[in-house]
Amino acid sequence: MMEPIKLTTPVSREFACSLEAGTPVSIDGELLALRDRAHSCLIEILRAGERPPFELDGALILYASPTPAKPGKIIGSIGPTTSLRMDPFTPELLAAGVRGTIGKGPRGGSVVEAMIEHGAVYLAVTGGIAALLAKKVISCKTVAFEQLGPEAALRLEVRDFPAIVAQDCRGGNLYKMDHKSINKPQED
Amino acid sequence: MRSIQASKVVDAVEKLCCTAASVLPCDVRTGIDKALKEETSAVASGILGQILENIELAERNGDPLCQDTGFSVFFVKLGREVLVEGGDLNSAIAEGVARGHINGYLRKSIVRDPLDRTTNTGDNTPPVIWLELAPGDRLEIIYAPKGGGSENMSRIAMMKPTDSAEAVEDFIVDSVIEAGGNPCPPVIVGVGIGGTFEKCAFLAKKALLREIGSRNESGFYSAIEQRLLARINETGIGPMGLGGRTTALEVFIEVHPCHIASLPVAVNMNCHCARHGKVVL
Repeated sequence: MMEPIKLTTPVSREFACSLEAGTPVSIDGELLALRDRAHSCLIEILRAGERPPFELDGALILYASPTPAKPGKIIGSIGPTTSLRMDPFTPELLAAGVRGTIGKGPRGGSVVEAMIEHGAVYLAVTGGIAALLAKKVISCKTVAFEQLGPEAALRLEVRDFPAIVAQDCRGGNLYKMDHKSINKPQED
Repeated sequence: MRSIQASKVVDAVEKLCCTAASVLPCDVRTGIDKALKEETSAVASGILGQILENIELAERNGDPLCQDTGFSVFFVKLGREVLVEGGDLNSAIAEGVARGHINGYLRKSIVRDPLDRTTNTGDNTPPVIWLELAPGDRLEIIYAPKGGGSENMSRIAMMKPTDSAEAVEDFIVDSVIEAGGNPCPPVIVGVGIGGTFEKCAFLAKKALLREIGSRNESGFYSAIEQRLLARINETGIGPMGLGGRTTALEVFIEVHPCHIASLPVAVNMNCHCARHGKVVL
């Protein structure tokens, strides 16, 4: 596989748009870890016209919630959850300045359109490798929605966090979506 | 009668929860290893390599393999000559789950009410317990924590009794295709065919416990398992849905006699992180 491109946060529109589906990336900087209910809470704040509890401009959102940290550790195991459950919320967040989302599994049509419109990228991370990914986290802080327990919003600082551009802002898509017509051996 | 103290069950379940979260069964690891050798795509090989690295790291450090330490599902065989003393069996298992998740720093992923989702039970209880009575004086407890991502991709169809075996196979393959990259492929596909609605779903879940490489005892169903595995891997969905030869590590079918009017078929997906463990008391 080709050498990963270094991706640092905050991410500019220009940089996000330079990334093509299939390109491996290595992330340095901050990720917002948000999942289902944190999304509902955040959208409610945005729709009320209030200021979000963390900066969204140029931000990358990771769909994840870790296991609790053992004593003396920065974080427990952490990895991506299924992105499609966040699809209903994503266009509004991209409109609010979020530059990229990170999870597992493909994104639906409305997200693809919003990515093209706002110049954002979708990165896939391997699921079920949470002990390995935890080693890439150098700090972890709860930044909002503490009442959600395991679903609270976290700010993670990561170094060399491995991902791959799965869907880019030109509609490029690494997921092979049309399996019904290709239910036969594939060229690799 | 042979008596077993409920406290022994609590201790055994606590330990089982912690071990299963960080140590993947050998057969699953071997299956992923074998898949890596057969992959030709760089992306797919990279993903399988990460999975194997994670397995090593998690076991060495005793850390959870996946942040989703799952719904706590148990398959229990209670010998007829066993008497659990000092508490009841279900409560002892639940207590073990609570202790395992609190003391083992596992994620608490269960909300009290499925529609009012504001309250987490705080200790990953209640577990789902499937109790079976068996001959003998042993108590066997199998623990199979089940992640939400793969569980969400599971399906059941009440097919027509006149539907062909081919139609059943198509439903199973379509379920895997529709799931795509979401259930963390390479998946293990558990299939139940026959019985009632709930029995069929139970069989699909139970099928996931089989050892990688094992085949259904019936030659007929064994052939279907192998045919389905080949078809699923020919879809090219690949590890994490990003393309490749390995979409499933196994297809396991379990069957049950059926009503003349019915043909239920259930597909329960497990992610590559197919954790389970067993203790016999």
